[in-house]
Amino acid sequence: MKTASTRNINIDCLRYEPAIDSEPRRQAYEVPFTDDMSVLQGLQYIKDNLDGSLTFRWSCRMAICGSCGMMLNGKPALACESFLRDFYPGGVRVEPLNHFPIIRDLVIDQRDFLVKLESIKPFLIPGDRKAIADGTFLQTPEQMEEYYPFSQCINCLLCYAACPQYGLNPAFTGPGALALLHRYNADSRDAGTRERMEIVNAEDGVWSCTLVGYCSEVCPKAVDPARAVNVNKINSTKDFFRHFLMPK
Amino acid sequence: MIMKTYVRPMGWWWLHNPFYRWYMVRESSCIVITAYAVILLWGLMCLVEGRLAFDAWRESLASPWAVGFHLVALPLVTYHSWTWFKVMPKTLPFISIAGRRLADRTIIVSGVVAAIAASILVFLAIFVSVPRISP
Repeated sequence: MKTASTRNINIDCLRYEPAIDSEPRRQAYEVPFTDDMSVLQGLQYIKDNLDGSLTFRWSCRMAICGSCGMMLNGKPALACESFLRDFYPGGVRVEPLNHFPIIRDLVIDQRDFLVKLESIKPFLIPGDRKAIADGTFLQTPEQMEEYYPFSQCINCLLCYAACPQYGLNPAFTGPGALALLHRYNADSRDAGTRERMEIVNAEDGVWSCTLVGYCSEVCPKAVDPARAVNVNKINSTKDFFRHFLMPK
Repeated sequence: MIMKTYVRPMGWWWLHNPFYRWYMVRESSCIVITAYAVILLWGLMCLVEGRLAFDAWRESLASPWAVGFHLVALPLVTYHSWTWFKVMPKTLPFISIAGRRLADRTIIVSGVVAAIAASILVFLAIFVSVPRISP
């Protein structure tokens, strides 16, 4: 069996230790790698062999948990599905996701997103109460297609790191939460649209989006949050006129 | 618990990524498009005023400044049109025809083809009418 060849690559990490540093600094590591090694494995090599203090989030290693989102050479990406071979020989600059406060090294503070995620009511709000004995809520494949792509979100926050409007105005609900909001509003089993429209219509709702479109570009699950946000500009406009025709 | 965090500044954010740079080109091209629309409206007003005013407007378009402006405006308007169609699918709900979802690429290509066809029609209309309105 042929052994995989090992090469060395430079991994340049942003470091920030809140107890010591007043602002972030950089630290570079020379890491041996094989062709099948991801950036995440490179970071794990550093932690295990070179510097145990390097801090980063990770879990599943297979692009489904959404924990290892980072800026790789200035672009938001999942470290587990980005390969070191693709950055060779230039090396890779690793930074925490843009637009979020840094807690330590490559770890960001996600609380702002979690509050927004909760605010959009990310669950089905059924219109008709049904007894369990009456069976499940059925829907056709066409009805499922309306929301399915938006349900693929893994909350990795790459879209937030890609969105300059969120960076400039952190009050903006942002692409990820709005895509999930649309996922439930577009579901034929859901009757919670009216409850969610307040978030859509708000100044910091869909109207804070200027359709940069980079969120959809970097999404590892092809959720297309830019579409979810901009389709809801139409829904928000309809809702505005509906209020004139049918005031509460 | 109060946690000490570091918030990175956003200064010159659009210079750090080619995607943002092209976005800024798209957005700033609106200024040129507005100027171009004003020039066209001015031409229409001259047309309403009479032949002398319209001829003076056409003559002013031959000045080096006007030619320079149009040389800058043409690529920017072309780029802006392209980006308009590129983002068009993101502004539309899913469209299904005979049970099959219309692909984003189809929407983009249809828009670009329609824009090219409209441009050719306008060009032909001008080409046919110019000898009649020339002095």
